[in-house]
Amino acid sequence: MNITVKYFGVLAELTQCMEETIVFTKSTVIELLEVVYQKHPTLNGKNFKVALNNELVDMGTIVSEVEVALLPPFSGG
Amino acid sequence: MKTLIRMKNNKKKSVFIDGAISSAFIADSIAKHQTKTSIGAHNIFLGQVRADEVNGKKVSAIEYTTYEEMANKKFHEIREATFEKYNLTCMHIYHSIGNVNAGEICLFVFVSATRRKEVFPAIEFVVNEIKAQVPIFGKEVFEDESHQWKSNT
Repeated sequence: MNITVKYFGVLAELTQCMEETIVFTKSTVIELLEVVYQKHPTLNGKNFKVALNNELVDMGTIVSEVEVALLPPFSGG
Repeated sequence: MKTLIRMKNNKKKSVFIDGAISSAFIADSIAKHQTKTSIGAHNIFLGQVRADEVNGKKVSAIEYTTYEEMANKKFHEIREATFEKYNLTCMHIYHSIGNVNAGEICLFVFVSATRRKEVFPAIEFVVNEIKAQVPIFGKEVFEDESHQWKSNT
């Protein structure tokens, strides 16, 4: 499955990329992140959350959407 | 009637404003409520960019970016939850996107009700929810053009 991974804030800066397509053959968020970390070792140890379908999800969630967003700590307001 | 107003607000309002929110915009927003004569109390929260000092360097601006699709969904949910929780006549939320200089306004929340009792807790609820739920990211730019990423506490 082709997944569009979007990076925001400091994560976009570290990866030097706003979004990219990742070919994903496994199932959960943590497995997707393993692929992401391999492509972008600079993300290791960084604090972020993952959103699927505009909702935050945990690491064990099955990646059912084609768009996944990596979100650093919020700082609106 | 109330539902109608809410739906109208939800559909028509765009939360994000390019750059700082001007005092003229805020004044105009207040003036627009003069026709809504059932309102007896307004409450307004204004978030202003602070010139924080970090290691001897001063913040000169914050550059805001967002995951817009999720942000709009979260703003919508916050609006719904607020109307559910408090007896408000109307509410408006505006948040800056892009560059906002220190001293300028980046968040404008405006709640109105028949009586004052509702508007005080309502505004605090809305502002806290925005800070916690909405994916907005602030890059604090220093006077020497270096930067750091802000994190809400």
